[in-house]
Amino acid sequence: MAHAEPVTPPQLSAPPRRSGRRSSVRSWRRSDQLIWLLAWLAGTGLCVAVAAIVTFLAAKGISDLNPTLLVTRPSVSLDQSHSGGFLDPLIGTLTMAVIGTLIATPIAVLSAFWVVEYGRPRWLAGIVETSIEMVAGTPDIVFAIFGLALFQLGFFAPLSFRASGGGVYGRSFIAAGIMMSLLALPLTYTATRNGLRATPRQLREASVALGKTRIATIRRVLLPNVRSDIATGATLGMGRIIGSTAIVVLLLGATLQNNSQGNVPLLGFLRGTGSTLTSYIFENSPSGEGNAPQKAYAAAFVLLLLVLALNGLVARISRVGAAGAVNAGRLSL
Amino acid sequence: MLDRLRRPWSDDRAERTLGAIACLAAIAIALMVVFVAQRAWPTFQREGLSWLGSGGNVDSQLGSMAFNTSAHPAASAYHLRAWPLIYGTLLTSGFAVIFGLAISLLTAIFVVDLAPPVLRRAMTPVIRLLASVPSVIYGLIGILVLVPFVGNDLITSGQKESVVNVIQLTGAGLLVSVAILTLMITPIMTALTIEALASVPRSWHEGAVALGLNPLRATIAVSLRAIRPAIVAATALAAARAIGEAIVIDMVSGGKAFTPKPWDGLIFIYEPLRSLASTIIDQGENLTEPAIRSSIYAFALLLMFSGFMLSVASRLIRRPLRKYELSS
Repeated sequence: MAHAEPVTPPQLSAPPRRSGRRSSVRSWRRSDQLIWLLAWLAGTGLCVAVAAIVTFLAAKGISDLNPTLLVTRPSVSLDQSHSGGFLDPLIGTLTMAVIGTLIATPIAVLSAFWVVEYGRPRWLAGIVETSIEMVAGTPDIVFAIFGLALFQLGFFAPLSFRASGGGVYGRSFIAAGIMMSLLALPLTYTATRNGLRATPRQLREASVALGKTRIATIRRVLLPNVRSDIATGATLGMGRIIGSTAIVVLLLGATLQNNSQGNVPLLGFLRGTGSTLTSYIFENSPSGEGNAPQKAYAAAFVLLLLVLALNGLVARISRVGAAGAVNAGRLSL
Repeated sequence: MLDRLRRPWSDDRAERTLGAIACLAAIAIALMVVFVAQRAWPTFQREGLSWLGSGGNVDSQLGSMAFNTSAHPAASAYHLRAWPLIYGTLLTSGFAVIFGLAISLLTAIFVVDLAPPVLRRAMTPVIRLLASVPSVIYGLIGILVLVPFVGNDLITSGQKESVVNVIQLTGAGLLVSVAILTLMITPIMTALTIEALASVPRSWHEGAVALGLNPLRATIAVSLRAIRPAIVAATALAAARAIGEAIVIDMVSGGKAFTPKPWDGLIFIYEPLRSLASTIIDQGENLTEPAIRSSIYAFALLLMFSGFMLSVASRLIRRPLRKYELSS
């Protein structure tokens, strides 16, 4: 047998140079290059847009904002320099955030505990999950109009503002706050549920092995462990609440000043109508009744600072929480 | 009483109590459906489903309702054809969701794969912040910056004169509405997509690269494919936000129930419109008149129903896509 030709190894082209990822883009397919280009455009475009918006609002806000605006009440005037500040809307925003969060957080947390830790019967847990998903997908304008129908009932009359003739408007801080809590509910629920699901099984097993009941496990072991998730969810919910305009316009009245109903100090305020920063911005934009753009810019800047503060809080809570809790918890929007 | 509460609860009692509280959300949804449907009933009773159709001018129909102040209006008082409003809602939110989806996917790829590390670390919190900016702020920028810009610089006087007998082109209209809505929903979708991409194991991506794909193609073929359920969920959420956004559309859409027509040429994108949600805000003061109230609640019923449909559709689409054990 003739001796076989030695098999020549296939000619290797020069080994690919390791020259970093970006320079290799040239060798990609055309379509990939196009996507690469579009992704860069989208990313940098977003950065530019963000920078533009923030600088613009900051420039407008700082030039139009003076500290007296924060502590003077709004008043009726055609001239922007005499129409007062936005003390009342600021108080309104904070009140809304507090009421909404106070109502939403316990309900959301307890619901999450029930669904994850008990969840029987299964069909009921499924209904609860679906309902909360539906709440998340319902526009706030629908909550507003639903609240109007609900609180105009005679049964709820004591909770809301009354016209001088005795007619029930169904508008008050309480009514708006209850509807606002529906905005925060899904966010807090989802955060708590994800935290619970990320909690290792062994934690529960260890607690049960020590003779604790399930509810004791929830209170003493799981609740401390998901505390940061709850705080994150509640803060996100608060952000959603202070950003809602439709509920304020329809259910709080978006009046110029906060009007108390009755003479009881706190209760009267809560039963009265009022406004928040969002409705103040809306009313002072050219499409509203006030049309005072400078005031609107200043209020928008304050609102943006509030949102910024809440966001910082969320980041801080989840950082601290991630260090303390026994889970692989992650932020949920 | 307090003492009883302080004592350790039995498991049975805790389970029942927590279960009852968990049902509150379901009760709220049920109440909402009942109340809104009951208030909307007179409209559907008298108008039937042709209410959803087109015909006549919605603005003047609503206007004549506002003047009819009798407590028991005749059936004819309920006459309304809501199509222009439905069309306005679908048009603005449809465009916004399409643009938002494209931009958010590209941005997410950029942040996760392409951006230099400094930019990547900076962008995630910024997008999160943008997602939580109140929509009214976007609306304010729209009405004070974009509307004058479009009205004065983009629309020529020739274009304005060509339609002067039908509508006024002020700048507020389809273009600005879609732009502002897109600006509003894109960060939400981007943040959710980035979060989902981050949950894809890095080794999957590395495996695809080792098989010869370039890094970008690997992201598209493996990571994006794996997070399809999350993308669907994010899109449904964004669509719900866009459909229900009342204030922003009220500010920048021109507030006229006109139906922008694509065959009008370039003017199409400048034509004013109004959506269902912004009509509710507009007519919020007139809720004492029975006919108008019923129509408004019918709008709300439609919005609520579309919200439910979106979440149901997103569930149905997600189920077969959820092949990989990723939480989403």
